[in-house]
Amino acid sequence: MNIFKLSIKNLFYRPLSSLLSLLLLALGVSMISLLVLINSVVRDQMNNNLKGIDMVVGAKGSPLQLILSSVYHIDSPTGNISLKEARSIEKNPMVGNSVPLLYGDNYEGFRIVGTNEKFIELYNLSIENGSFWDNEFDVVVGKKIATKLNLKVGDTFVSSHGLNQTGEVHADSPFTIVGIANFSNSVADQLILTSAESVWGIHEEHDHDEEHDHDEEHDHDEEHDHDEEHDHDEEHDHDEEHDHDEEHDHEEEHEHDDDKEITAMLIKFDSPMNVIQFPRYINENTNLQSAVPSYEISRLFKLFGFGIETINLLAYLIIVVSGISIFITLFNSMKERKYDMALIRTLGGSRLQLSSMLVYEALTLTISGFIIGIILSRLGLVFISNLMESSFNYSLNSYGILNDEFWLLAISILIGLIACLIPSIQVYKMDISKTLSNE
Amino acid sequence: MIKTKSLKFSYDGKKYFDFPDINLDSGENLLIIGNSGIGKTTLLHLLAGILKPESGSIGISGTDISKFSDTELDKFRGDNIGIVFQKPHFISSLTINENLKLAQYLSPSKTSGDAKKILESLNIKDKYRQKPNQLSEGEKQRASIALALINSPGLILADEPTSSLDDFNCDNVIKLLKKQAKDHRAQLIVITHDARLKKHFKKNLNL
Repeated sequence: MNIFKLSIKNLFYRPLSSLLSLLLLALGVSMISLLVLINSVVRDQMNNNLKGIDMVVGAKGSPLQLILSSVYHIDSPTGNISLKEARSIEKNPMVGNSVPLLYGDNYEGFRIVGTNEKFIELYNLSIENGSFWDNEFDVVVGKKIATKLNLKVGDTFVSSHGLNQTGEVHADSPFTIVGIANFSNSVADQLILTSAESVWGIHEEHDHDEEHDHDEEHDHDEEHDHDEEHDHDEEHDHDEEHDHDEEHDHEEEHEHDDDKEITAMLIKFDSPMNVIQFPRYINENTNLQSAVPSYEISRLFKLFGFGIETINLLAYLIIVVSGISIFITLFNSMKERKYDMALIRTLGGSRLQLSSMLVYEALTLTISGFIIGIILSRLGLVFISNLMESSFNYSLNSYGILNDEFWLLAISILIGLIACLIPSIQVYKMDISKTLSNE
Repeated sequence: MIKTKSLKFSYDGKKYFDFPDINLDSGENLLIIGNSGIGKTTLLHLLAGILKPESGSIGISGTDISKFSDTELDKFRGDNIGIVFQKPHFISSLTINENLKLAQYLSPSKTSGDAKKILESLNIKDKYRQKPNQLSEGEKQRASIALALINSPGLILADEPTSSLDDFNCDNVIKLLKKQAKDHRAQLIVITHDARLKKHFKKNLNL
């Protein structure tokens, strides 16, 4: 038996008030810790997927939606853009690298993305099993999907139209899995990758009628621009009209190609300075929309920021209340326990031992409350991760102790020390003679 | 051997208690008897080192404790003095055995007695694992005697151990105290207003 064991026994002797203090602290700690965790995990995930993407070009709409759909693959796309327009942007000297993205279908809720080998470079993908796609309807599936749906190289599946599992099934053109990608800890883990041609192929009949008119409008605008530039450059050229015709011919020939659409294009600039000029140039001079992911994401965090701050404040308030509860528990128990304490002194215990008993009690409550809180926050993260997994196919996994949590531990200990300060001073000063005579 | 000389004490600096000298050879017990309000408990607290005297000396086994610091007093008390209170006190969160273990922990320098043996000699061995509030009043009193004896003190101080007991139990308790003191080679000082105890002691001191 020693003073620390005595403190533990004392806590168990008053189980309800101990439990209340413990729960309050655990609740406060778990709330803050969960917020810190989610914040850090989400930020990590977001930033990890942002690597190498300076700008996204897509159809007009909400820039945040464009980023969420084409960088994080969680929202629906803003619409499609013509391949021709996308190519003209690609040719701009400011553009360093560009990756086309083409949506259309899903398999079991996982998005099928039509793209090219540049996507593989962007996310640094490697193949664990099999190879990258060669032919139409060859696909490479992300590691997470392969694990979850138990897919192997050589398996075939039919996709459903749209991004929901409930879409119409394209039973006539099944996909064949030719490769399974290694885990890349990026969004690519939850995507099914294929060539753009595969996605065009599957929707050829559908899209032809639907969006033809729209395309033509686009074409006209662009032609107009072209003409102007052309005129300017070659003012004195007598073959001007001839050139024009040729261009038209050229377009006629490739009409099939120009009809084609992509959903978005991820762009990396050669020089970081271009991030300032180029997006504005696109938004002002074309029918396309450009969005800068880092800017949109910081805007998103700002939007969430207010809510997070409020919950944070509430959680700290709960921790303070738990401190007050510990104080009241100790203070009340002092009255009940004054003979116990006088007895400890008569048995040879010192003032310091008596005070340390109360300090141990307070610290045991706060530290175990902290540990319970940390465990609760991890359970909470598992829960939220499962929730995100089922709705967005996104998962959060990082269960290590973060720096902020060491601060939280320090704060918990401080609260415990403050709560036991007055009781332990009173016990230290206790007049045992008076206490014992009052019996 | 207990010797006090010209012991003087005051709570407020106005009213002084002057106590007669005590001279007790080893092996001798003492009954201090007096009415309420005369300073009986004050004297017991002085002897136990719970209070410090205004002047005078308190010698217990050859050590003058009147000039000791608080910490020295706590340690000396734990090692050398066992106190039996009128109303038995325990650490309520601990079992009887744990209470005895705690007493041993609080005075580590002392080779202490065997908890089980002491409880057996007091006929409460079966209460070993019980919490104090599960014991009857009589058992509590015997357990508190065990607590006073556990560190084999040289001096046992008993404060009104019999005042609330009937004649039969009064006799039993005082005989038990005397026997236990003798068995543990401790001196017993009983402080009381209970005149029934006079016949049990050779040496009486009237306050």
